[in-house]
Amino acid sequence: MNNEPKIHPWQKVLDNPWLLLVLGVLIPFLSYTVWGWIELALTKPALLP
Amino acid sequence: MTTASVSLSHSLAAPGVPKRVCGTTGLGVCFDAQRFIKFNAVTGIVFLLLGGIAALLLALTRWQTVHLLSAEWFYRILTFHGINMLILWILFFEVAILYFACTTPLNARLFSRKVAWASFGMMFVGAVMVDYVILAGQADVMMTSYLPLLAHPLFYLGIILVAVGTLVGVFNFFATLYVAKRDGAYTGSMPLVTYGATAAAIIAVVTLLHGAIVMIPTFTYSMGWTPQPDPAWYRLIWWGLGHQSQQVNVCAMVAVWYLISNVTVGARPINEAVCRTAFVLYVLFINLASAHHLLVDPGVGATWKIWNTSYAMYLAVLASMIHGFTVPAGVEVAMREKGYTAGLFGWVAALPWKNPAFSAATLSVLIFGFIGGITGVTLGTQQINIIAHNTLRIPGHFHATVVGGTTLAFMGLAYYVIPLIFQRDFIGRGWARVQPWLFATGITLLSFGMSFAGSMGVSRRSWDIDAQGIYGPAAHLWLGFVGLGGILAFAGLLIFVLLCVGTLLFGKKIEHRAMADWGTPPALAGTTPGSLAHDHYATKGTIVLTLLFLACFAVYYFANWKALADVWPVR
Repeated sequence: MNNEPKIHPWQKVLDNPWLLLVLGVLIPFLSYTVWGWIELALTKPALLP
Repeated sequence: MTTASVSLSHSLAAPGVPKRVCGTTGLGVCFDAQRFIKFNAVTGIVFLLLGGIAALLLALTRWQTVHLLSAEWFYRILTFHGINMLILWILFFEVAILYFACTTPLNARLFSRKVAWASFGMMFVGAVMVDYVILAGQADVMMTSYLPLLAHPLFYLGIILVAVGTLVGVFNFFATLYVAKRDGAYTGSMPLVTYGATAAAIIAVVTLLHGAIVMIPTFTYSMGWTPQPDPAWYRLIWWGLGHQSQQVNVCAMVAVWYLISNVTVGARPINEAVCRTAFVLYVLFINLASAHHLLVDPGVGATWKIWNTSYAMYLAVLASMIHGFTVPAGVEVAMREKGYTAGLFGWVAALPWKNPAFSAATLSVLIFGFIGGITGVTLGTQQINIIAHNTLRIPGHFHATVVGGTTLAFMGLAYYVIPLIFQRDFIGRGWARVQPWLFATGITLLSFGMSFAGSMGVSRRSWDIDAQGIYGPAAHLWLGFVGLGGILAFAGLLIFVLLCVGTLLFGKKIEHRAMADWGTPPALAGTTPGSLAHDHYATKGTIVLTLLFLACFAVYYFANWKALADVWPVR
């Protein structure tokens, strides 16, 4: 008989720190940094009157 | 096989591994981790004291009646305060937490002593360099150091050293996790406190990469080697460092809440998968909050602003609300299982309010949620931000999160970490029981003063408001509260530092015995631990408190829309 506490399958996915590390770096870099950088790069310089 | 014996020696259970068994918890403590927890925690507390002295000087300057510092020294000390409190104190203490979380709870030894020395050395040299340059008057650029303001090159080099040193410490943490799993130091899921620390470490990686991206070209510019980086680009990337470093705090703080609630009342997470999901939401979405600082910047568009500060960011807010429920709910279930079952809130009266770790953690939850959280979500709304941006309302918000939340939680943790790691009982135990209440009262007063003065238009980072001649006595009254709150909070901080240092020097040694108990509620006769694990009504008191929180949030949020409509009427 197995006395180990039953771990939810979702928790087993969450238990992978390396997957979290990849996603945790990728999502903010894409959503905040890269997208913001592209917006700044596409901004045209203001013309003086 | 020598290789095999070396590679499998990272479990504390392995023979010959230098360790001791804690007389209080019965857990193994790795000597290497213990040494670097000491170094990093003590250094962090020294920077906390320096930043606290600066805070007092600033509060007594913004209090217009006192107006202590000259304009030149106000901005110098403001720079010093921001760097010491938001970067140095927090990062050193967080590295200490990471080293604890990856060793003792996992029954593992620290991956590498040399890497830990390299991390601490770089951080320490960088920190001293930054503080020296600021006090020498070569870096009056405030914490954000927005270009084209330019500081001495050593200022940027110091920050790079601190950032890289912290990144090396984070590497040591991840390497310890890897070898602990490989060597079978633990099986199954890692404990929740280690999981929370892992989430904090992942956020730290993103944060420190942004720091390197922005600081290296700024350093080379300050040396005259490269052209000036674009100021709008600098702001975008800098906030990837400046705000995200505070998200590392949030994650570490929540992990500390779970740890303290377990140590002081025996609380367990009411649902492991849900608590871990909330940490994952932090990892994926909380860093987007950096966009709040660019809500009035013209270079980035409305879609980028609204996606990052609202839709995606609200998933991280959801995570905070999950933790804000599960931590007190875990405490309530533990107390009811101990027999404190009277009514909705009978368990609250029996909580160990004189235990400084418990009171600090509870006050941290309340201040972070009711003041910091509510104001943060509201001020981060793009439309409302237009009436609050660059006013004192912003520091009113983040003093409630970073100081009332994180710093207070870390102080609470110290009341257990110092006896367990330094093996000395705390001196001045009566003072220790008062200290969290004093500090929390001061920081709440300061935060209210800043928020209300800011709502009257008083700007942040301003040496003098009288020269403008537009602020009435009410604004001055609230600035007086900022001064009084600053004095009380500094008194609380000073007591904390004196107690910590005094304990290290004069505390009674703990050897082969448990630390002196701060006080925990005893289980009443006839009760069974775990008896309410599946009883959904066991958290009814917490549900009522949560509804109270949501009501406060709704009132504050819609009051701000009313204020916006008053300022900017649509006819």
